[in-house]
Amino acid sequence: MRQVLMMLPTSAIRRPITALGVLFLVVIVIFAAASPWIAPYPPDVMDPVNRLLPPGGDHLMGTDHFGRDTFSRVVFGARLALLIGVGVVAFALGTGVPIGVLSALFPALGRVLMRMVDVLMSFPSLLLALGLIVILGQGVFNAILAIGLIYLTTTARIVYGVALRLKAEPYVEAARSAGAGTWWIVTRHILPNMISPLLVQASFVFAFAQLGAASLDFLGLGAPPEIPSWGNMLAESRIYITRASWLLLWPGLMIVLTAFSLNLVGDALRDRMDPRFREMVRR
Amino acid sequence: MSRYVIRRTGAAIMTLIAASIVIFAFIHLIPGDPVYVMLGDGATPEQVAALRDRLGLDEPLVMQYLIWAGNALRGDLGVSIFFETPVTQVIAEGAETSILLASVTMVWIILIGVPVGILAAIRQGTLIDQGLSGLAMLAASLPTFWVGLYLILIFAAGLGWFPSSGYPSIFEEGGLVNLRYLVLPSLALAAPNAALILRLTRASMLDVAREDYIRTARAKGIRPTRVVLRHILRNALLAVVSAFGFTFAALISEAVVTETVFALPGIGRTVVQSILRRDYPVIQGVILITVCLYLVINLIVDLSYRYLDPRVELE
Amino acid sequence: MLSVENLVVSVRRGPEIVRDVSFEIAPGEILGLVGESGSGKSMTSLALMGLLSPGIDITGGAVRLDGTDITHLQPHQRVARNCGKVAMIFQEPMTSLNPVLRIREQLEEAINVHDPRAGPERARELLDMVRIPDAGHQLNAYPHELSGGMRQRVMIAIALACRPQVLIADEPTTALDVTVQRQVLGLIRELCDSLHMGVLFITHDLGVVAQLADRVAVMYAGKLCERADVGPLFRAPLHPYTNGLLACLPDPESGNAAFETIPGAAPRPGAIPEGCPFSPRCNRAQETCRSGPVPEAHGPERQVAVCHFPVRQEAPA
Repeated sequence: MRQVLMMLPTSAIRRPITALGVLFLVVIVIFAAASPWIAPYPPDVMDPVNRLLPPGGDHLMGTDHFGRDTFSRVVFGARLALLIGVGVVAFALGTGVPIGVLSALFPALGRVLMRMVDVLMSFPSLLLALGLIVILGQGVFNAILAIGLIYLTTTARIVYGVALRLKAEPYVEAARSAGAGTWWIVTRHILPNMISPLLVQASFVFAFAQLGAASLDFLGLGAPPEIPSWGNMLAESRIYITRASWLLLWPGLMIVLTAFSLNLVGDALRDRMDPRFREMVRR
Repeated sequence: MSRYVIRRTGAAIMTLIAASIVIFAFIHLIPGDPVYVMLGDGATPEQVAALRDRLGLDEPLVMQYLIWAGNALRGDLGVSIFFETPVTQVIAEGAETSILLASVTMVWIILIGVPVGILAAIRQGTLIDQGLSGLAMLAASLPTFWVGLYLILIFAAGLGWFPSSGYPSIFEEGGLVNLRYLVLPSLALAAPNAALILRLTRASMLDVAREDYIRTARAKGIRPTRVVLRHILRNALLAVVSAFGFTFAALISEAVVTETVFALPGIGRTVVQSILRRDYPVIQGVILITVCLYLVINLIVDLSYRYLDPRVELE
Repeated sequence: MLSVENLVVSVRRGPEIVRDVSFEIAPGEILGLVGESGSGKSMTSLALMGLLSPGIDITGGAVRLDGTDITHLQPHQRVARNCGKVAMIFQEPMTSLNPVLRIREQLEEAINVHDPRAGPERARELLDMVRIPDAGHQLNAYPHELSGGMRQRVMIAIALACRPQVLIADEPTTALDVTVQRQVLGLIRELCDSLHMGVLFITHDLGVVAQLADRVAVMYAGKLCERADVGPLFRAPLHPYTNGLLACLPDPESGNAAFETIPGAAPRPGAIPEGCPFSPRCNRAQETCRSGPVPEAHGPERQVAVCHFPVRQEAPA
């Protein structure tokens, strides 16, 4: 850990844009953690007199069609963005890792499980998510499940590939022939070596969860409209774009920069990774 | 050859059967009686009975699946509850828009992604490469609807170069000129996908450039441009071409959002509206057709690989 | 005649990988370049070919072919200037041929560059020269349809297409079966004699050198530590490192399996000791070896070693 911290300054110099990305992600986390203190107004207070104000004055980023302060809503939106990201990553890794590892260790089971993953992969991703929303109903939690299901498949595939490689490593074979149990091999040899590909995958999944959630919000099938998510803000401002184009700018910029920062981080992590696995976590 | 074709086709059919079971189960996974969900609370008992009968909901599940799948094979995907017309007809009405949109988008993706990816690879490590790769990363992080809204704001509302919404069929009044309705939507849809193809092209060019046979080619004394064109590019494009298949299939699904932004009468918008209208047979039908499309495209890509890459054995 | 004069190859903003290497190869002569992996022998060969990877440059010395300076020229620039040719074959015949092009296409590509007026029979002629049976049929094959030995023959045919004055063979038989290995070595000797072509044969296998080469250069830590004709070198090595390498060879006469070893490991570029680079591992080393330049010691005939305290007795049996 100390080493990692010591490496940070040099890495930041070598990849200045990635460093800015990390900084932006830190800002997002601070926004989410301290939104009531950072936001100058409550996110849902309407002020019909001050509708559609341009940026400046009392409202840093202007106001929307209900007179709500855009900056405050952007700050509160960070909460949902983080929740969606963490939720989707947790679901995708929580399901994908066991599926992939078990499939690699037990080939008979693997044939069935990976076949099922193939079937899920044959569904176009957004339609799969929409179908799940139809079954589960609309809501933040269900959006997480629906998007998570898309990345369950890719995560399981990657984990399966990495685990198969690791399983064939001489030291794992040696441990096996020395009588090491499956649990021992998984916890001592397979999982520890999988951390860096999983970190890379997690940052990409986190990034794409932002885009997926924004799409669902935009279609009116994601977070309920009363929640100030960046996607909802875009969806609501859509009809005002010619009159108040700044409403389109701020939440959109937040989505793009969050996804961009996460992609940069994922890319930087991948470049440091064992080259044998680099292939597998390419998008 | 034929054995390979049969095996790959067989695998695709198995996947399709499994997927069709999932799609069939879909209607039964919806909480509550699907008939009431579809008709709403004010339905009369006669309406309920009629719909139950039409969907065959009183048969045993296995029978229901076999009837549904059998009908689907014969091109009967059921009847839309909202339009009360066959689902196939509802889908067919959106097909022209969706297929044209995906095709035009594909043209952008290939026209932008591949050459720029090659350029970035040739200039690896230079400012040009870093700039292009960074831009690609940024483009891959763009929500398509956001890009779409800005395109409307600038090129439709502002400059008035292109229409902002809708799409009249090229077979109706206007003819091919109607393609201008697809320019902005296809650009919005192409942005993140072209970025992914760009990154893939660059990465596989660099992978191939490290191969031993590229050193052999250079050792022969042939000119560097020829090494790139004949040896690196040809091998690198094998990976890229197979990604075209995935991308095209993915476009049909990603177009859901784009078609909504630009109010295009395509399959994607039909799906969203059907979800809001609880018109489940249409949703089922669209998903089934897109899965078929995905499998067929992948099968074609796999099989055509044989002609592109001689290493794929006859088996 | 290929002459390499005080060649230095370095990583840009990094260590020197090849340091002050000089040798000559006469027509019809095979020079064996021996060394452990990482000693700089492959870098030397890529430098001669003008095929160094980006970021690695020739930073000193010169490469001349029949008097023409070809030091910084890449292969296509050598073609453009119509100077003499150096050709090369590589260790991995499996991966050195383009998998998606037929043998004919890969061969004709080389022919078109160097012999634009050659007719279609030239490709067949080249395959016949490297003794590929049924050449007309094999021309239409893809690389994956050929065995490893056949692929290496194809590689040699491609190399011969430019009518080279010198052929560089970088461990060309390491990846092959022993029987195939012998055939390919025989072919190289034969082509060297019949075409009056110089050969730089790079290997870590002293046994192969003894069979094949006329002269030997031993490389250690980026430098040549000994140069000699094959006979004297194997009979009486001067440099303690050569001596150690020979002692590592299994001795068929005594038949005992107790190999000698050289203690320690070869230094990495950038961490090469001062003075004689071999001194930390050398049992003859004294204080003078650990700093300053090392003199050349001459033996009989053309044998030269870079050593303060060369071995002067018969090599241990």
